[in-house]
Amino acid sequence: MVTYYRHVDDDGVFRALADPTRRHLLDRLFERDGRTLTELESGLEMTRFGVMKHLRILEDAGLVVTRRSGREKHHYLNPMPIRLIHDRWIDKYTELRVSALAELKSRLEGTG
Amino acid sequence: MTTATAQATQLYQLFIKASPEQIWEAITSPEFTTKYLHGCYIESTFEPGAPYKGYSTDRSQEWIDGEVLEADPPRRLQHSWRALYDPGTAAEPPSRVTWEIDPQRDGTCLLTVIHDQLEDSPKTAESVSGTGWTTVISGLKTLLETGEPLAQ
Repeated sequence: MVTYYRHVDDDGVFRALADPTRRHLLDRLFERDGRTLTELESGLEMTRFGVMKHLRILEDAGLVVTRRSGREKHHYLNPMPIRLIHDRWIDKYTELRVSALAELKSRLEGTG
Repeated sequence: MTTATAQATQLYQLFIKASPEQIWEAITSPEFTTKYLHGCYIESTFEPGAPYKGYSTDRSQEWIDGEVLEADPPRRLQHSWRALYDPGTAAEPPSRVTWEIDPQRDGTCLLTVIHDQLEDSPKTAESVSGTGWTTVISGLKTLLETGEPLAQ
């Protein structure tokens, strides 16, 4: 069992995910990673400051990591906090069955 | 569910309770890599310009072909990556993997793995995304923190 310590704060991850705007921001990054604040702002009925506040919460939870390239700051979706939560409750053997069911669900719903 | 094509730049980051030297050892020694990198036996001198090769655990097949681009032990390693385990990925141009090890004040390290230059290698991007790198990096953390590999 992996020990949890100060840095790995599951509460922070769950809190960050418990908001539709923040999930929307993660969805935008999942569609295309490395977006700037300006790109992430477009399509959201929210002030730049509001978007920055949400991104800050996602960054604090480790779900978003920023990298600078010249004058631009790019935002990347970091899947590791979610992967570690996954590992905590789903072992390698159930993973195969879970992914088969997830695939069946997306096929039946026509989104896969 | 949102679907997306695999990203041309993929970033993975997590904290590991280990020293930079231990993490460096785990990413450069085949005794370690065979335990978390899908059984892959990594072989290199880890000097810039040297080949970076990955073989099956029994060394009968070549899985990864690359070159060391930068090495600053125990903080930073960058190498190119061409996956030979599948004819589709083997035909694509090489991409690039960067490992950054950033020690924290509390004795942990922040490990960042960036797999980029995947713009012209969509099959490789697809094969390393999803449960690809996340399984490897989560397995590396478990191995270093508990001494036990994840079930293969």
